[in-house]
Amino acid sequence: MTTPGRTVLAEFHPPGPADFQLPPIFGDVTKPMVLYVLSGVLIFGLFYAASRRAAVVPGRMQFAGEYAYNFVRNSIARDSIGSADFMKFVPYLTALFFIILVNNYYGLIPLLQFPTFSHSGYAYALAALTWILYNGVGIAKHGFAGYFKLQAVPGGVGGPILLLIVPLEFMSNILVRPVTLALRLFANMFAGHLLLILFTLGGSYLVFESGNILYAPVGVIAWLLAIAVSFLEALVMFLQAYVFTLLTAQYIGGALADEH
Amino acid sequence: MSGSLNMIGYGLAAIGPGVGIGLIFAAYINGVARQPEAQSRLQTIAILGFALAEALAIIGIALAFVLN
Repeated sequence: MTTPGRTVLAEFHPPGPADFQLPPIFGDVTKPMVLYVLSGVLIFGLFYAASRRAAVVPGRMQFAGEYAYNFVRNSIARDSIGSADFMKFVPYLTALFFIILVNNYYGLIPLLQFPTFSHSGYAYALAALTWILYNGVGIAKHGFAGYFKLQAVPGGVGGPILLLIVPLEFMSNILVRPVTLALRLFANMFAGHLLLILFTLGGSYLVFESGNILYAPVGVIAWLLAIAVSFLEALVMFLQAYVFTLLTAQYIGGALADEH
Repeated sequence: MSGSLNMIGYGLAAIGPGVGIGLIFAAYINGVARQPEAQSRLQTIAILGFALAEALAIIGIALAFVLN
């Protein structure tokens, strides 16, 4: 609303979900698609370079690669699945961790600057893979009825309360898990990137377009906050990759667990 | 400047997970202070609890954009 007699200033439009719909680069290929393929090439290249000249005394690259692999292998896979049969899931978990990590950190790299998982479809695809995997190994180990019993009927509960517990457990363990897994990753990347856009665009509006010199210092503060938020995002991006992989490992561990 | 009441609703909805995450990390810090050698075990549990509590806030922000 403008009072008569004052110059009408350019209005500030806060960024929204529409800012994430980038125009296609060519054909139907969009920026996140290119970034996603690039992440696969990058991860393959780095791990290949790290393991190409494997030696008993590791070089710098080999040490870095083994350190990264060991992190997923020991602190995620072995602790969650148990030392008996965690090894066959380590390749999936490692790939999952690094594809999420690299795609998240795209959000902070200048020029790329777009976290792939801020488009929900990519997150849903990964969550669907995890869902198929943990249900698959569970059914393969316990059989269909046994797996259903493991996931939906908690031990030590009997009587009519089962009528309430079984649907709830089934919902929570089979239906809601993949949705929250995907939404957590997507919404964290989406909200974080939106926050960055808001602070940078808001800052540039206040400094350049508001037409009031007194607003300019506030705009500079907004830019400083954008830098601070970038550091917060760097933490969140790692944490989301870690949490997604950790939860996947926990779900696999839960599906393989014996009844107690 | 235009906006949606949804965002105010989301702000209110974020109070719950905010308190929850605070409690989780308070318990984690307490635990580490009492028994520093248990840090690696507690860290996994704390981050897991944090992720689960945060899911509520995340569902909230998704719905704040979806429900117009």
